[in-house]
Amino acid sequence: MKAIVWQGANHVGVETVPDPTLLLPSDAIVRITSTAICGSDLHLLDGVIPSMDRGDILGHEFMGEVVEVGRDVKTLRVGDRVVVPFNIACGVCDPCRRGLFSACDNSNPNHRMAEALYGAVSGGGLFGYSHMYGGYAGGQAQYVRVPFADVGPHKIESDLRDEQVLFLTDIFPTGYQAAENCGIVPGRDVVAVFGAGPVGQFAARSAQMLGAAHVIVIDRVPERLAMAQTAGCQTINYEQDDVLVALREATGGRGPDHVIDAVGMEAHGHGPGALVDTAKQRLKLSFDRITALRWAILSCAKGGTVSMPGVYGGLIDKLPMGAAFAKGLTFKMGQTHTQRHIGPLLGRIEAGEIDPSFVITHRASLDQAPELYKTFRNKHDGCIKVVLDPWA
Amino acid sequence: MPVAERSMVGTLGLALMGAGLRSARPLQKIVLGSVGAGLAAMAATGRNPLATALKIRQTPSGDVLVGDAVTIGVPADELYARWRDLASLPQLMTHLQRVEVLDERRSRWTVSAPTGEVSWEAEITTDEPGQRLGWQSVPGATIDNAGEVQFRPAPGGRGTEVIVHLTYRPPGGTAGAVLARLAGEEPAQQLRDDLMRFKREQELGFAPTTDGQSSGRANAGGSA
Repeated sequence: MKAIVWQGANHVGVETVPDPTLLLPSDAIVRITSTAICGSDLHLLDGVIPSMDRGDILGHEFMGEVVEVGRDVKTLRVGDRVVVPFNIACGVCDPCRRGLFSACDNSNPNHRMAEALYGAVSGGGLFGYSHMYGGYAGGQAQYVRVPFADVGPHKIESDLRDEQVLFLTDIFPTGYQAAENCGIVPGRDVVAVFGAGPVGQFAARSAQMLGAAHVIVIDRVPERLAMAQTAGCQTINYEQDDVLVALREATGGRGPDHVIDAVGMEAHGHGPGALVDTAKQRLKLSFDRITALRWAILSCAKGGTVSMPGVYGGLIDKLPMGAAFAKGLTFKMGQTHTQRHIGPLLGRIEAGEIDPSFVITHRASLDQAPELYKTFRNKHDGCIKVVLDPWA
Repeated sequence: MPVAERSMVGTLGLALMGAGLRSARPLQKIVLGSVGAGLAAMAATGRNPLATALKIRQTPSGDVLVGDAVTIGVPADELYARWRDLASLPQLMTHLQRVEVLDERRSRWTVSAPTGEVSWEAEITTDEPGQRLGWQSVPGATIDNAGEVQFRPAPGGRGTEVIVHLTYRPPGGTAGAVLARLAGEEPAQQLRDDLMRFKREQELGFAPTTDGQSSGRANAGGSA
């Protein structure tokens, strides 16, 4: 089959690789009908996530049709149409039973590697996202092996198009969980979202669905800001305005009640702090550049929430902890517990509350994917979200 | 640090100090002298600072102490029964070659080592069904060791907390333990892996794997 393969930092390619097979009786094989490139794939492209190997198949946002099931699989049948969460969960450990699927104790066979690299216990495995997260082959391919097939995949029984449901695998629940983590008081709270990429767009719209009185989106790319304006958000271009001043003005000096950092470890940022972060990352002294997180903490209102769907990888310094303490902020973060959001969010799509396909700007075949990785990373050609058809 | 290791390290330290003092070259004098003094200090105090830095825990008598814990969503009685079936433990503990049960209390344990197979006889010292199991090697074992596993209910109906403590006298003393840690082959890591294997066997009934999956590497699994 055809697959997008990691070939080293800044290199991805299309290769012909063996078709996947069932490795365990609880596995299923899915023929992929649609897959996408995610912002967090760019951390792999850039080589800032350790433990990638040449030849690893990328991709963690995909859906398709079940073509084979292992003998222990009870809920899926051949022919079912499914969306598959990006995170892999066993469904029986204590975190899974509490709904904390991304913190699964059991699904990462390389827990030892994650423990060594993070110095902490490992979360669950992820599709196509480095060996410390399990080394599972990803879904930017024609077929994929899905482990724990009774736990992750969610059947789509209505006639919604792929483009309307594909993002239930990651960016929609990720943006939604970021907004949910804010504990928004409907009709009162103002929410600011740093980063108007796909997750930021879904976070902003989710904040609106949860009743935010006002949503402000901060980015520097005009197309992204325009997309947020379409949804009725106020926008700030941080290259043209002083973000902290603009947010104070927009909120009568209070600051946003909650701030969502939908940027994560590779913030571009401005000023001396950003230069220091970049230099340290180049020298491998640090994984993370934290401009967005600094702004989030400094701008957030007293007693507010800093919600972090953006990915962070290592140790962080120059974090304005004094400001966070002085204002009594709450921090909420972590990988998305996708499995618990898919059902309710699918309901909102079916009810016509949201059509997630608004975020798509580019459609392509697998063969065009290596080029589009770069277009997406460099934010050229108005690129916000890329969907791939593996059979085109 | 055991007595034999202390005297060996002390002798080496004194010899290096002597060589350093006799050396005509100043750099050699400083390097040999200070390394020698360091080793002598290790012998005098009986403490291996490398072992401390690597967080290798030691008992006062110089044995290495290893402990770890895991919570498993299964009742204590079942976990105890699985552990009490000594002959089947090599399925959980991959460094064990075999365990032969000799009678109610005694068993023979065999592990593979770089030097070949190593075997010893062990005796059960504590046996409280559903709660606790303790064992100790009988005198004359190649590697003196003892261990205990406790099973206690986890709060909030989360199953059972399994706590394991092992003590052993490593071949080569603390230096041997340091070398084993640096080579990544040592009991603290093995214990952690064994406990996770135990948890997955009990909670899932299988071990998750990616062995044999498709990739762009030569010899990758899957069907062409």
